[in-house]
Amino acid sequence: MSYFPLRRRQGPTWPDYLASRAAQAQHPLLVDFFTAGTPAAQTPISEVPMVAMDMETTGLDPTRHAIVSIGLVPFDMARIRLAERRYWVVHPPRPLVRESVAFHRITHSEVEYAPDLEAVLPELLEALAGRLVVVHFRHIERPFLDSAVQARLGEGILFPVIDTMSLEARLHRQSLWVRFRRRMGRPPVSIRLHNSRERYGLPTYQGHHALVDALATAELFQAQIAARFTPATPVGQLWS
Amino acid sequence: MDVELFEIRQHMGRFAPFDTLSDALLDELVAGIEVAYYKAGSDILTLDQEVHELCYIRSGAVEVTRRNGDLYNRLGEGDIFGHFSLLRNHKARFPARAMEDTLIYFVPEGLFNRLCEADEHFADFVELERPRLETAVEEHKKHNDMMISRVRKLLTRYPLIVEASATVQDTARQLGDAHASAVLVLDKPGENPRYTFRDSQERAWQVIGILTDSDFRKRVVAEGLPPDTPVGEVVSDRLISIQSDESIHEAMLCMLRNNIQHLPVLHRRSPIGIIHLSDIIRHETHSSFYLVSNIFNQSSAEGLARLAPDVRSAFIRMVEDGADSRMIGSALSTIGRSFSRRLLELAEEELGPPPVPYCFMAMGSLARNEQSIVTDQDNALVLSDDFVFEAHDAYFSELAKRVIDGLDACGYSYCTGGIMATNRQWRQPLSVWKGYFRDWMRDPTPERLLHSSIFFDLDSVYGENPYVEELQDLVAGIAPKSPLFLAAMARNALNRTPPLGFFRTFVMEKNGKQNNSINLKRRGTAPMTDLIRVHALACGSRAQNSFTRLDDIDKTQLLATGVSDKLRYALEFLSMSRIRHQVIDLRNDRSPDNTIEPENVSDSERHNLKDAFQLLSNAQKFLKFRYPVPSVSR
Repeated sequence: MSYFPLRRRQGPTWPDYLASRAAQAQHPLLVDFFTAGTPAAQTPISEVPMVAMDMETTGLDPTRHAIVSIGLVPFDMARIRLAERRYWVVHPPRPLVRESVAFHRITHSEVEYAPDLEAVLPELLEALAGRLVVVHFRHIERPFLDSAVQARLGEGILFPVIDTMSLEARLHRQSLWVRFRRRMGRPPVSIRLHNSRERYGLPTYQGHHALVDALATAELFQAQIAARFTPATPVGQLWS
Repeated sequence: MDVELFEIRQHMGRFAPFDTLSDALLDELVAGIEVAYYKAGSDILTLDQEVHELCYIRSGAVEVTRRNGDLYNRLGEGDIFGHFSLLRNHKARFPARAMEDTLIYFVPEGLFNRLCEADEHFADFVELERPRLETAVEEHKKHNDMMISRVRKLLTRYPLIVEASATVQDTARQLGDAHASAVLVLDKPGENPRYTFRDSQERAWQVIGILTDSDFRKRVVAEGLPPDTPVGEVVSDRLISIQSDESIHEAMLCMLRNNIQHLPVLHRRSPIGIIHLSDIIRHETHSSFYLVSNIFNQSSAEGLARLAPDVRSAFIRMVEDGADSRMIGSALSTIGRSFSRRLLELAEEELGPPPVPYCFMAMGSLARNEQSIVTDQDNALVLSDDFVFEAHDAYFSELAKRVIDGLDACGYSYCTGGIMATNRQWRQPLSVWKGYFRDWMRDPTPERLLHSSIFFDLDSVYGENPYVEELQDLVAGIAPKSPLFLAAMARNALNRTPPLGFFRTFVMEKNGKQNNSINLKRRGTAPMTDLIRVHALACGSRAQNSFTRLDDIDKTQLLATGVSDKLRYALEFLSMSRIRHQVIDLRNDRSPDNTIEPENVSDSERHNLKDAFQLLSNAQKFLKFRYPVPSVSR
């Protein structure tokens, strides 16, 4: 288990961290969010309510770029519930860059009349509260949301996430076999969402739509648990 | 619709039964689904578990097994399962397991019920096997009714009518004035109410007959009758007519059967027109009828052989016109009979009249009136009991040779089993034939009957029809009282079994084996006609056609209520499927066969074929149970 960074990290556990933020938070939205908490590290994954989240942004840097759309799909190990899906297009405070428009297929006119993120925050935080967030590549969703919430509510937001990309990386980037492959000059296995899904026999979805990617991430996570872990795996081994 | 679910909508909208849903319902469906992933080898439904969802395979493959572990079905992308349990007791009847890594879309019960209520097509599809097959066949028929031309379409004017008291001279003048070639003769109503009708002035009449140009020549002029003879005295007393809503096809068969060229058309009992052979020929230049009359106009076996391509175009035309399998089978049989007849007539012209009377007998599909475009010949000669081998056989041997060579040249290939009139064993006097049948039925073993079961579909083609009728009577008389014979026939009827269904581009067998193609005759229509034959023999039916046999079986308590209808639908669907694939072969310049390749089978056809296979399989199980080998030996 030496490769789980969280286990080695000194300091508070995730439930402790959320509890302390709940006590310190000023804004009622954040008080509610942190109070909902998160399951203890030893809880089996099969008992944890989750929500897959994906965002489209105008770029990769949370300090310079902004969120354009957010997709959420609540799920657990038994079912992914499309009926409870949420999707928002928001108006970024910074102007849209041309290439990111093509990338997301979200047009200027769609964004023009969209609300600011602040207007959807109550709904967004309520949908996330009490659920473990699952993303593919945690260095987008968490920092972008932190930065956006900081800007609007004056306090940041931080919570545990399960990152399906880092779960793939553990399997494909850190094993002995992978190191051997690398030494032989073979290219590393792709751990992008689409390529990862292919390895589990999951169908090809059109990428780059926040809701479709959230659904795709939820399916990928179910597949990873079925193939590489067990439903009894404690969340502490999965989150970061 | 949320654009983001387009992907899912697109996928589900491609597969039955969702492909026929309205856009609004499809949107509703997609918005409400749930998703789950199953690793290969994991259970999706376990036996008797509660089921509250319909399962749709988005990717991967699922194996459904019976309670006892036998394979029930293998399903792939776009297939559904769990609907049976949803519609019944909400318990998984058959467990389902992922064969490959599988992604399932679940349709929650509430949504499923809503779709059943809102969309009849959807409800039909998810109901059990029979209604789905029934719907498919009935829909073909509905379509058919629009496509099939009725006799009345050929009528261009009201028939010329005279009273029986009119003179032949006056009648001949009227015919000439009207440029007509036939006239209907009316009289005061007689004893036969069948032909009585009322005209526009409410006067009662009856049609007593028809008088044609040729009747005038033969019965009036040639006989030297005076011009003032009343037509009532010369009109023939036999009136053959047809109802206006019958098909042109039926009118054609009626003329053919009765060897007539004019056919009065009635609406109920009122005459509304007369059609002539040429009307039909004009209507269907490429039809089977035209072909049949063409066959009889040929003066040599070579001429007949040149008509072989016309048989194919007539076949394609019928399928395109939406004819059902019975019409196609009967038309192709009529064509096959006509070739045989004409070849016999030509042979008799050259060899001289037969030394003793005989009947040319057909077996198999021709006898059943179910001939297909891919067929070989099965025939025999039943000779008069006055037959003396030394004196007469040379003639019949030569006659048989000419016919079967001629048939081969016309596309009816030689029978590989040697069941042909050229085989001396099958060219025998009536008494010998009776002996054959008695032997088969009295001392039956499945092995002996294996090669002779084809003789239990028999019909006369040409010559002394009563010979063959005597044989049919003999069979119908003995078979119902011969449990051993029925048991042996039943056992042979189980030799060929249907497959389980289709999986992707394979035919799936009951043992899980997968093949690339399936012979729809060997695995479908033939075992079906086999089992219908056994029931028909058991109930003493003299019918040869499978559908007519089922009508006879219906008059008994042999099959549970509704079973014969299921068999009709299954046979019709299997036959039409085979026919459609033969048309595809012909279209692509391939020689047609009985084989179908799964990649050419549409989605809905797959489902219907699977249902038909299932019905056949169940019917075979019943057959085994119904005709056991009697336990006490004779």
